[in-house]
Amino acid sequence: MARVGGELKLLGLWASPFVTRAKLALQIKGLSYEYVEEDLGNKSELLLSSNPVHKAVPVLIHNGKPVCESSVIVQYIDDAFAGSGPSLLPADPYQRAVACFWAAYLEDKMLTPWGRVFKVKTDEEKAEAMRQTIAAVDVLEDGLKECSGGQGPFFGGDSVGYVDILLGGMVSWVKASEPLSGSKLIDAEKTPLLAAWMERFCELDAAKAVLQDVDRVVEYAKLVMTKNAARASNNN
Amino acid sequence: MAGKEDLKLLGLPLSPFVVSVRMALNMKGVSYEYVDEDLNNKSELLLKSNPVHKKVPVLIHNGKPICESLVILQYVDELFAGRSILPTDPYERATARFWAAFAGDKLFPAWYGVVTAQAEEERAEKVKETLAAIEHMEVAFAKCSGGNAFFGGDSIGYVDVVLGSFLFWFEAVRRVDGLEIINASKTPLLAAWAERFGGSVEAKEAVPVTKADLAVQYISKFRAPAAAAAKLASSE
Repeated sequence: MARVGGELKLLGLWASPFVTRAKLALQIKGLSYEYVEEDLGNKSELLLSSNPVHKAVPVLIHNGKPVCESSVIVQYIDDAFAGSGPSLLPADPYQRAVACFWAAYLEDKMLTPWGRVFKVKTDEEKAEAMRQTIAAVDVLEDGLKECSGGQGPFFGGDSVGYVDILLGGMVSWVKASEPLSGSKLIDAEKTPLLAAWMERFCELDAAKAVLQDVDRVVEYAKLVMTKNAARASNNN
Repeated sequence: MAGKEDLKLLGLPLSPFVVSVRMALNMKGVSYEYVDEDLNNKSELLLKSNPVHKKVPVLIHNGKPICESLVILQYVDELFAGRSILPTDPYERATARFWAAFAGDKLFPAWYGVVTAQAEEERAEKVKETLAAIEHMEVAFAKCSGGNAFFGGDSIGYVDVVLGSFLFWFEAVRRVDGLEIINASKTPLLAAWAERFGGSVEAKEAVPVTKADLAVQYISKFRAPAAAAAKLASSE
C-alpha cells in the first residue's frame, strides 16, 4: 500500500482538549505536522475559510484540504494513514460499533453537561451540570469494561484506541476539575477502572509529549469563567 | 454463501433515526424483522438491548445490539456487501461524517424545537436556527455532490439518508405551520435534491406517504394542550 504522505497542518489552541485529541492521534500514528496556535479573539483567515460552519479548532489541513470536528479528525487520521502506526479503531465491525457508541456517549452525556459548568451563571446550575457529568462518568466505567473486554487497561484493550484518544484529550481538564470545583471527576473509589485507565494513559509517551500542564489549565479555566461571568452580568 | 443473518430492528413509526436505518438496510437488500416499540411501555428487549439510553433505533444482529443511528448506519455499511453507503475515499468519508454530525447536532434539535416549542417566542427562535442550519446544508450539497444528483454523488449515500429521513417531518411542518424549511428560492439545490430523493426507490420503500400525515397528527396533538390553555386565557 502506498504510503500517504503530504502536508499536515493543525490549527489549534493549547488549552483545548479537542485539539489535544488531534495531537494525540497524530503522535500515536507517528505523523509529523505543522502546528498553528490560533487566537480565538482574532481568528486567522485560514481558520475562518477552513471551518466556515463552526469557526472552531481543531482543524486538520491535509494537502490543503480541511477536516473539522475532533472525532471526525481522529477517524480521518486513522483512515488516511492506515499504514502508519497502530490502528485506532478495532478491526471487527461489532467492536468498532461498540467503540463508536461509547465515543458518542462521551460527547453527548459527559462533555455536554461538563461544558455547561464553565458557562452557567449560578452555583446551583454549576452543581447540577457537575452532577450530570459525574453521573455520566459512572456509566462510562461500564463502557470501559465493555470496550476493553478485559483485554487490558484501555478502551482499545491492551493498546490505545479511538475512545482512549477522545477521553485522553480531556485528561488535563479532568485533573483540573478537583482544584476548580472541589469534585474529582474520575475518583478511584467510585470508578476504579477509569482511574487506572487515567494512570496508564498518562504513562504513554504520546500523553507525556502532548498533555497540557494541569496548573496552566486551572489558571486558564478560571480566566474563562471570570470572563463568562462578566459577560453575563454586562448583559443584565 | 452467507447464512441467513438474524436481524431485528426496534423502532418507532415517526422516528427519522429509525427511518434512516430502514433505508440503509433496504439499500443493502438485507431482510430484517421490524418491531414498533411503545415509548410508554418499552419492551424488555429494548431495555435489555439499550440499557444506557433506552431509545430506538436498536439493531439486534445475531443477538448482539447496536445502538445510536449513525453507529448503526456505519455498522450496516461495513458488514453487508452491496452498495456503499459511506464514501470509500478517506477525505470524502470525513466530509460525510462532518455533515451527518451537523445534521444530528445542529439541524435536528432546531427543527424538532419548532415542533415542540411551547411558546411563540421559542418557536420563532427555533425557526431562525433551523433556517440558518439548512443554509449550511445547501452549501454542503454543492460541495459533496460535485454537481451530481445526491450528497453521495450519482447515487444516494450517507448524508442523503440522514437528511432525507427528516423530509417527511419537514413536510408535516409545512402543512401545519406553513413553514418551508427547504425553500425553492432560498435553498434551490436542496429543493431539487429533496424532490429527487423523495421520488427515489429508497425513500419510497422506507417512507410511505402516510408518514407525513401521522407527523401532522403528532404535531397537532402535541400542541393541543398549549393551544387550549391559550384559548382559555384569552377568553377570560
